[in-house]
Amino acid sequence: MEALELARWQFGITTVYHFVLVPLTIGLSVLVAIMQTAWVRTGKEKWLRLTKFFGKLLLINFALGVATGIVQEFQFGMTWSEYSRFVGDVFGAPLAMEALLAFFLESTFLGLWIFGWDRLPKKVHLATVWLFAIGSSLSAYFIIAANSWMQHPVGAEYNPETGRAEMNDIVAVLTNSTTLVAFPHVIATAFLVAGTFVAGIAGFWMVKRARVNREHEDVTMYRTAVRLGAVTMLIAGAAVIVTGDMQAKLMFEQQPMKMAAAEALIETEQPAAFSILAIGNLAGDDPASVKHIISIPGLTSYLATGDWNAEVKGVNQLQEEYTAKFGEGDYAPNLAITYWSFRFMIGLAAFSAALALLALWFTRKKGVTDNRWFSMFALGVIPTPFLAASFGWIFTEMGRQPWVVAPNPTGVDMVWLQTQFGVSSSVSAGEILTSLITLTVVYGVLAVFWFRLMVRYAREGAPHVSQAPPSDTESTQPMSFAY
Amino acid sequence: MDLALVWFILIAVLWTGYLVLEGFDFGVGMLMPMVGKTNKTRRVALNTIGPVWDGNEVWLLTAGGATFAAFPEWYATLFSGFYLPLLLILVALIVRAVAIEYRGKINDDRWRSRWDWAIIISAWIPSILWGVAFANIVRGVPLDADHQFIGNFFTLLNPFALLGGAVTLFLFLSHGSIFLALKTDGVVRERAEALAQRFSVIALVVAGAWAVWAQVAYSVTWTWIAVAVAAVALIAVWFLVRTSSFGKAFLANSVAIVAAVVLIFGSLYPDVMPASNDAANSLTVDNASSTDYTLTVMTWVAAVLTPIVLAYQGWTYWVFKRRISEDHIPEHTELTFNKD
Ligand code: HDD
Ligand code: HEM
Ligand code: HEM
Repeated sequence: MEALELARWQFGITTVYHFVLVPLTIGLSVLVAIMQTAWVRTGKEKWLRLTKFFGKLLLINFALGVATGIVQEFQFGMTWSEYSRFVGDVFGAPLAMEALLAFFLESTFLGLWIFGWDRLPKKVHLATVWLFAIGSSLSAYFIIAANSWMQHPVGAEYNPETGRAEMNDIVAVLTNSTTLVAFPHVIATAFLVAGTFVAGIAGFWMVKRARVNREHEDVTMYRTAVRLGAVTMLIAGAAVIVTGDMQAKLMFEQQPMKMAAAEALIETEQPAAFSILAIGNLAGDDPASVKHIISIPGLTSYLATGDWNAEVKGVNQLQEEYTAKFGEGDYAPNLAITYWSFRFMIGLAAFSAALALLALWFTRKKGVTDNRWFSMFALGVIPTPFLAASFGWIFTEMGRQPWVVAPNPTGVDMVWLQTQFGVSSSVSAGEILTSLITLTVVYGVLAVFWFRLMVRYAREGAPHVSQAPPSDTESTQPMSFAY
Repeated sequence: MDLALVWFILIAVLWTGYLVLEGFDFGVGMLMPMVGKTNKTRRVALNTIGPVWDGNEVWLLTAGGATFAAFPEWYATLFSGFYLPLLLILVALIVRAVAIEYRGKINDDRWRSRWDWAIIISAWIPSILWGVAFANIVRGVPLDADHQFIGNFFTLLNPFALLGGAVTLFLFLSHGSIFLALKTDGVVRERAEALAQRFSVIALVVAGAWAVWAQVAYSVTWTWIAVAVAAVALIAVWFLVRTSSFGKAFLANSVAIVAAVVLIFGSLYPDVMPASNDAANSLTVDNASSTDYTLTVMTWVAAVLTPIVLAYQGWTYWVFKRRISEDHIPEHTELTFNKD
């Protein structure tokens, strides 16, 4: 394999891996902050126990999120140095802002939260977890702004002398229309992931405890967490759909080829149907073989424009337009991947929705359940929103190919770059292969530890806590949460 | 003053923050087996950096991000050119972050001892490699007319660079042992104080030799001041350690690190990456930088945010100012893998 392909695999693997951890950190940090707030306000022990229980899982996850994030910061320079030269003037700014504004906040206040349980006054300590949670979401904003610029470059112009894109409007870059819908979509995703995680684990425990004794205090505690998770899922799920729909409309204007690829729409249609099952050679080599077996008439037109009767351009027409504008080349992404990843993204979320509704049904009117099927289902659903989120990114990023910076159809001339010209020219395929193998092995091993710890701590259940008031005069008092 | 120069200085500041702060983190990691022979004493050592190490590492991420934004060409050439050493550093940083967090999560001697080794080794690797990398930048590397690195891994392993690796290594060992002497009590403190005496001498000799070499071979006249400051600071460290003034010794050692960064960046200017084969191919502050617009934006961002970051990071150190001893370490209440 040549350097380009290896570099793509490496970026894809490390980034998707990073993003398995990211949404849980973003969503769970807020949920834990809510639990701790409830404890501070009500003084009820169950909230403190839940805070410590999910807080521990959050920390296990966060550690690996940070570790894999470090690679992200440097790999643009390492394997995508030509890309970095081309975009650095624009793209570097949000990245640097992310570090200054978000990462410092996140990491510093997490340290204070972990070690500060008995060093800080209750309310100050509560503030640290909120600042940590805010830092996490802020970091998402800046990185999504950077990514959105690659989907839809704005606020920049091409300088023929240096051959680079140059920024001329930072406000435009940070308020890119693509960012303004992608960010809420990704944040909503994060809450869907975290809500499912909390409801799934607490649901399992509620059943387990209720089978022994329905009156046990743990049952009430887990029931509370199940409902918190379920409500989070419902709100987040609705937000995911609304913002996803807004994304679709923007994408139709900004990256029509990605829209066509999402539907494996080969020829222009008016109105365009939404395909539920397609067969044939979707890899793009033989568009004529693609057959849509089940479809909903007009739905794609509606999703793309809000009008059931609108025309949606197909891959073949767009390919012609692109060739006329940018010269010979293959401008269609891999249709099999875009078509299916798009469907998995949406379809897998149905499991979270089902869990949320079941959970609310079983716990209505102070009720609890000891239904074993519910407990198995609750656990089984946990991975599905993680997968949906990964497919969402795979769709977004692969659907952008062959561009790494996609051309903006309404202006900003010449600010575009094909992926093949972004890869480092001074790095050999052998070097990239070395790092690809090294990182994959290291990540693989760490994933095993991450998983075993998560499972182990989840199986232990919420810890019992002593609510002895912290006395900060005792200088030899043991530290809490110490390593 | 033009903005590219401002950013050149700001990036030097970010690296200084990183080396001063993560310098003692790495030192503590490397020294763990020397100051802590039991689980409890190792935990004493580790908990001195517990609340702060991640925040310290963000200085590196910020230096990386700022270089990307302010000097894209530098970011591109440097990180693609130093590909394999950087990969090693990244692997070490990944393993280290996870090891610090996971070590105490399971109550099992084998589990702990494996993660301990991970913490120790992953502190040694970057402590050496950062010095190697900076020395190579000072010395210059072969670049073609497009500013692409045309050497290979072995180009980077020259005597000057290897000595540079020894400089960061011993500076960090000395820094870490002084930090431990300041932040702990009991047996860890005693051992750290003894180690600080030893490492401060080695650091003085190694760093002194390298600084003079760098100054004579690669630098400009005014950086003699930095060499002199570094020398005075390191001699002061040696003296202060001997008289048990560890607070002052820590400050003096930090001053030495600042002086080293000044020497490095002073010798580079106006280049950011000198080409060893042909000076015409060098990346300079001017030809590597972003546009004035981007630099202006970034200057505002940095001017507003940096003081805030410094304030809350400083506050963290204040909150955790107390010394830690074995009495503060609770008995292990964590889980084992085999429950049922
Ligand atoms: C939507 C959110 C999101 C996305 C798309 C990314 N990240 Fe991330 N990143 C986070 C959200 C996040 C976070 C929530 O802030 C993390 C994740 C897990 C964590 O524990 O903190 C984090 C950690 C994290 C760290 C470690 C920070 C620290 O030490 O505290 C770095 C350097 C990066 N990321 C860099 C990147 C880069 C360069 C990305 C682009 C390819 C990227 N991340 C994608
Ligand atoms: C965390 C969520 C993300 C995921 C899961 C993700 C996934 C991917 C995948 C799978 C590819 C490979 C596409 C291909 O080779 O066909 C890719 C490419 C790329 N992505 Fe993303 N991405 C994410 C976020 C980002 C962000 C936030 C940025 C920029 C700030 C970014 C920048 C890039 C670049 C530069 C490439 C170029 C490599 C290529 O096109 O192959 N990605 N990404
Ligand atoms: C649990 C995870 C997710 C779910 C359930 C989900 C769901 C949805 C839904 C319902 C839509 C609307 C489809 C339409 O109206 O046509 C959509 C669109 C979209 N989503 Fe997601 N999404 C998830 C995660 C993500 C992630 C992480 C990304 C990465 C950025 C992403 C990128 C997109 C994009 C680009 C669109 C517009 C697609 C189009 O052109 O139609 N999704 N998503």
